[in-house]
Amino acid sequence: MKWTRRDLLKGLGGLPILGAVWWAGAISATSNKKERLEILEQLNIRPSLPPTVPEIGGEPVRVGIIGFGIRGEQLCRSLGFATPAWMEEMKLATEEDPNNHQLEDFSKQDKLNVKLVGICDVFDVRAANFIDAFAIPDNPIKRYKTYKEMIQSGEVDAVVIATPDHWHAPMSIEALNHNVHVYVEKPMTHTVEETYRLRRAAQNSKAIFAVGHQHRQTLSFSTARDIVEKGTLGHVSLIQTNTNRNDDNGAWNYDIHEKASPETIDWEQFLGSAPAVPFNKNHFFRWRKWWAYGSGLSGDLLTHDYDRLNCVLNMGIPTSVSASGGIYTHNDGRNVPDVIQVNMEFPNFSTGSSQAKGKEKGMTFCYSATLGNGFNRPTILMGHDATMELGNKLTVWPDGASTRYADMIETEKMRPNVPIYQYDPATNAPDAISSATSQYFADKGLMWTYIDGVRVDSTFLHMREWLSVIKNGGKVSCGINEGFDEAISAHMAGLSWKLGRKIEWDAESETLKPIEGVDFDQVLLGNGNWHPESELVG
Amino acid sequence: MVNSRNTGKVNLVVTFLRILIGWHFLYEGVIKLYNPEWTSFGYLATAQGQLKPFFTLLIGESVIGWVDALNIIALLVVGATFLLGFWERFGAIVGIGLLALYYLAHPPFPWLAQLNVEGNYWFVNKNLIELIGCILIFYHPTGHFFGLESLKKREHLKIEQS
Repeated sequence: MKWTRRDLLKGLGGLPILGAVWWAGAISATSNKKERLEILEQLNIRPSLPPTVPEIGGEPVRVGIIGFGIRGEQLCRSLGFATPAWMEEMKLATEEDPNNHQLEDFSKQDKLNVKLVGICDVFDVRAANFIDAFAIPDNPIKRYKTYKEMIQSGEVDAVVIATPDHWHAPMSIEALNHNVHVYVEKPMTHTVEETYRLRRAAQNSKAIFAVGHQHRQTLSFSTARDIVEKGTLGHVSLIQTNTNRNDDNGAWNYDIHEKASPETIDWEQFLGSAPAVPFNKNHFFRWRKWWAYGSGLSGDLLTHDYDRLNCVLNMGIPTSVSASGGIYTHNDGRNVPDVIQVNMEFPNFSTGSSQAKGKEKGMTFCYSATLGNGFNRPTILMGHDATMELGNKLTVWPDGASTRYADMIETEKMRPNVPIYQYDPATNAPDAISSATSQYFADKGLMWTYIDGVRVDSTFLHMREWLSVIKNGGKVSCGINEGFDEAISAHMAGLSWKLGRKIEWDAESETLKPIEGVDFDQVLLGNGNWHPESELVG
Repeated sequence: MVNSRNTGKVNLVVTFLRILIGWHFLYEGVIKLYNPEWTSFGYLATAQGQLKPFFTLLIGESVIGWVDALNIIALLVVGATFLLGFWERFGAIVGIGLLALYYLAHPPFPWLAQLNVEGNYWFVNKNLIELIGCILIFYHPTGHFFGLESLKKREHLKIEQS
C-alpha cells in the first residue's frame, strides 16, 4: 500500500516544527553571543590572572611575630600556622555548618618557606599560646620581652607587626634600621611626623617593607584598573565607599581575657608613648576605641577603602579632606567616632574623558561609615559613561546619557539597567550582558568560593609576595610609597574630624598646609576630655 | 477517560500537549547547546531541600561538565521524541526524570526560601505540572496519530496485508 499525502503529513508533520524550533534557538543563542562579543570587543577589557611570584627558595625565612592578638593569629594562619585551639573551633564549626570551609581552605593553602622563630607579646597568655602551638623539638621558639630585643637578636630575618597603631612606626623603624624585613598592619603610622620618619627609614634600609593591605592581591581590583585605564567609565567624578557594621565585634568591643591582670600584662610596654593611665583591661583589648592607641574609623577602616581605590586609580593624596560625624551608636567611653563621613577632594584628577577637552576634571572620594547599621552599601565608581560596582566581583553598567556608548544605547545594544560587563574571578569567562539569574548568583558570592576548587585567602597572597620579594628582589604591591599615601590621607581625615575643618595638602612640598596655632600631631594624639575610669565595659 | 465518542478529541489535545512540551524542551536544549558558557553550576549550587547534598555533589570540578552535557542531551532527546512522535514513551521517561530533578533541586515548599523563581508557588509549580503532562504522554502515546510512529504502523499494516 502506498502512503497518501495525509499519511505523510501526519507522520512527518513534527519534522518542520523541530526544524523551526531548532533554528529559532540557534539564531537566538548565536545572536546574543555576537552582541556580547561586540560589546566585549569594544570594551577590550583583560581580566587579570592570578598573580604568580618567583619561588621562595633557599633557607626558610626566619620570622618573628610581634603581637599575637586577633589579627596576629590571622596573619600566622596566612603564613601557614594555626593554633590547635582554632583548628578545634573550626572543626566544630564545620560540623555545625557544612558550608563553613575555613578549615578546608586552610589545609589546602600552599606551604610557605618560613620558620616561626620568635614571639613578642606583652600579654603572657598569648606568648605562651604561641609557643605551645608552634614550638617543636626541631624548632624551639624564643619569647622576646621587647621588640628591640627580638630585632637586635640577629636571629630573625623578618618581623610581622600586628600591634596597636601607636606601635607600628617605632617597631617598623627599628627593624628597618637593622635591615630586618617588615610586614606591618595598617594604618602604617599613628602620627604625621612618624610617617616621614618611617619613609626615610624604609628608603635607607636594605630590608623589604610591606603594609598589610592584602586586597591589593584581589584579582577583580587589577581588572578594575584595566577597565578604568581603557576609559570604560569615562570621567569618574564621584566614588562612594562605605563601612556598614552593626555588632559588638565590628564596633571593636572585643572579648576581655579572663587571665588579664597587671601580673600577666606588661602595661608599661603596652602604653609606650601613650598617656600614662593606670592598668586598664578595657584599653588593652579594645584599644581601637581610643586615639591614644588607635585611629578610629579613619585609620582602621577608611584606609582599606582608600587603598583599594588608590590601587585601582593611583590618585595619590587628596588636595583637601573634610570630615564630620560623631559618637552616635556606641557611647561607651570611646573617643573615636562611630559614624563618620569623609570627603576627599582631587580637583586635578581625571580618569579620562569622552567629552569636549577640558569639560571634565576633578573627583570627590566619599567615604561614609556607621557602626550602627549593617546594610550592605557597595563601593561605586560613578563615571560619565558608566558606573562600576567594585567588590570581589565587578559589574559595569552603561550610563543612559553616556557619550561613548550613545550609538549602542540608541540602537538598544546596551541598556542602562543591564550590565555590559561582569567579572567574577571564580568563573572562567567574562560575562557581558549578564542575565538576572547569573547576577543573582554572583551577588550571593556562591561562585566566588570556587576558584579552581580552592578559595584563596588574599592575606596569604600578600604575605607570599612579600616573602618572594625578600628572597628574589622586586617590588611589593603595597610598599612605603603606597603606605605613605594611605597614612597621610587617613591622618588628614582624623585631623579634619577632630578640628571640624578642612585639612589641605601641598603636593609640591609634600606637607600639610599649616593652620596657625595648631600642632597636627598633638591634635591627632589628643584625647580631649578623657576620663578612663568612667568608661562602660561590656 | 477515553470513550469512542471523544477519542479523536483526546488524541488531538494530548498531541498538542506533546508538541508544546517537546517545543519547550527542545528550545531550552538548543539555547544551552549553542552557548558554550552555559552551566547548571549556579542552579545546583543553590539547591535546597532534602536532596541538597546530592545536588552539591554534582557541582564537583570533575562532574559538572558531564552534568551539563547530560542535561543538554536529555533536553534534546525529550524535545525531538515529542516533536517527531517517535519513541515518545522513552522521551516521556527522560522528561519525567529531568523534571523531577528540577522540582527537587528547588522544591516550592513553604518552609524554604524561594530562590530564583518568577512566580509564587505552594508545593505545586510549573515543573510539577509539566511532569504530570509527561506522565500522561507516557500512558497515552499519540505518535501513531501524529508522528513518525504512524508511518511505522502503516508499514506494519502493509506487511500484514501482503
